[in-house]
Amino acid sequence: MTATLLIEQVLNGLQFGTMLFLMAAGLTLVFGVMGLINLAHGSLYMVGAFAAATAAAATGNFLLALAAALAAAAAAGALVEIVVLRRLYSRDHLDQVLATFALILVFSEGTRWLFGSFPLYLDVPKALSGTVHLGTLSYPLYRLAIIIVGIAVALGLYLLINRTRLGVQIRAGEADREMIAALGIDIARLYTIVFALGAALAGLAGALIGPIQSVQVGMGEPVLIMAFVVVVIGGIGSIKGALVGAILVGITDTLGRFLLPIALASVMDQASATTIGSALASMLIYILMAVILVWRPTGLMGAA
Amino acid sequence: MSRETILNLVVLAALFLVALAASLSGQPYLVTLATKATILGLAGIGLNLALGYGGLVSFGHAAFFGIGGYAAGILASAAQNYEPLMTWPVELPGTTSMPIIWLTAVIAAGLVALPIGALSLRTGGVHFIMITLAFAQMVYYFAISWPAYGGEDGLSIYVRNTLGTLDTMSPWTFFLISYALLLLVLGLVLMATRSRFGLALAMARQNPLRLTSMGVRPFNVRLTAFVLSAMAVGLAGALYADLNRFVSPTMLSWHLSGELIVFVILGGVGRPCGPLIGAALYVLLESELGRLTEYWQLPLGIILLLVVLFARGGVIGLVTGRRSHA
Repeated sequence: MTATLLIEQVLNGLQFGTMLFLMAAGLTLVFGVMGLINLAHGSLYMVGAFAAATAAAATGNFLLALAAALAAAAAAGALVEIVVLRRLYSRDHLDQVLATFALILVFSEGTRWLFGSFPLYLDVPKALSGTVHLGTLSYPLYRLAIIIVGIAVALGLYLLINRTRLGVQIRAGEADREMIAALGIDIARLYTIVFALGAALAGLAGALIGPIQSVQVGMGEPVLIMAFVVVVIGGIGSIKGALVGAILVGITDTLGRFLLPIALASVMDQASATTIGSALASMLIYILMAVILVWRPTGLMGAA
Repeated sequence: MSRETILNLVVLAALFLVALAASLSGQPYLVTLATKATILGLAGIGLNLALGYGGLVSFGHAAFFGIGGYAAGILASAAQNYEPLMTWPVELPGTTSMPIIWLTAVIAAGLVALPIGALSLRTGGVHFIMITLAFAQMVYYFAISWPAYGGEDGLSIYVRNTLGTLDTMSPWTFFLISYALLLLVLGLVLMATRSRFGLALAMARQNPLRLTSMGVRPFNVRLTAFVLSAMAVGLAGALYADLNRFVSPTMLSWHLSGELIVFVILGGVGRPCGPLIGAALYVLLESELGRLTEYWQLPLGIILLLVVLFARGGVIGLVTGRRSHA
């Protein structure tokens, strides 16, 4: 194992972490403001990826594909919020779980019906298809670009929430929804905007991951569960927590898969080290979550 | 008798009669379908103990269902291949005896549920949902990446396990076994909810502070309910593995946790027979919609949405005209 390889894995972890952040930010925002647990967030990720793949196939332009992903996911999010979810804000979590579980069935089966069961492919855009050389390390430019987009989105969200009028309304909505309704803010419209914003972030994540993985039905589900782990670790409702949690989970998962088999190989034979190492690595983030939970039950940045 | 009790008896009798009629008229497929509804209903009744009576929305009960399934699969495949289950510290052979398998499944599910419950119950509400889901995923990924028991491919049980001299391969006999266990667990759950423990559990859901002031720690009551519920689900898992003669990580998937919740809500949360009605309806919808279209989950999703939005209290709530549960 060389330092170069380790740096490459850390960068991969960062890239995975920024993807998770895009997903977790929307989840935690929707939960913080509306108190809604949205299992169908992964479906919006899938919608973004399919929209991007379709737009890229039609136009050949990656930027247009990204725009299509954002628009499609935001529109799907707004539609779902207006038709179904706004009736559930006052219900208990059990009803929300069932309704959003039903939405997953509708989205997944609807997508399969429209696009078929075969995966679609999205190419890395030409301008980003090369590699960057950092010392002895050559790293795919596209993955680096994802990290940069993730950081930019985190910054943008920070500015949006702390510096704009909409951000004030969102924060006020988290604190006291009756009060801001009494101040003359259309709370229903605010909720739709917040939901569409979270959906757009999920759609962006789906579109960005498209060229790395294949675009297929059900692609959102593993990511959704990882994003839940991120949100629990970071503290529900906290965007800063989502960022910290996402990077932590991304790096832990990636480095665990890389380092555990190597570490175990020094105490046992190679074959069983690979087996046990990969089994342990796939459980690592859940173990991390359990440890953090014992230490701080409300997550790293959660309100006590 | 209340309308709900009458409905419960009607459902139990109907399930039995459907299976009997199907068996007499030579439709084994229908008997198997009724058995599936029975076993899934049994799992739902187990989940309902935590979810309905205890208000603990666990999104991870597939873990216990799968553990029960794997208990059956591992014991049976060891016995069928004449390999010992383990050689250290004592040599243990596998077995195809159903009672031993059920007992192992129940104990294994309970043992895994204990730490998961103890950790998850440190939190509540939406945290609890996400954490139980995450722990179930942990078990799922372990089953996938651990090669000893088939990994992603799962394990086949070549011949259904044995119970005395009964012919368990006959669909009707296996239905009767599952049905008897369903009645047994239903009776135990009813007894538990009417005991001191059941009252404490209801109070832990409605007013934990009051329970504390009565000198009972809500945590202990909830943990007991969680573990008992996992044990019942584990038993259902072992039966389900025997029904399909196959175990795979699908039994552990989060989709299954969602389906278990669907059974409970579809029938009526916190109602003794609610999950059975929910499971029977779900199995029926699955097979009927599946006959109409390849994309049967689309109408199923829409039906579920309509139930959540407009039929609060589930089927039992619709029939009895009452929303509130237990």
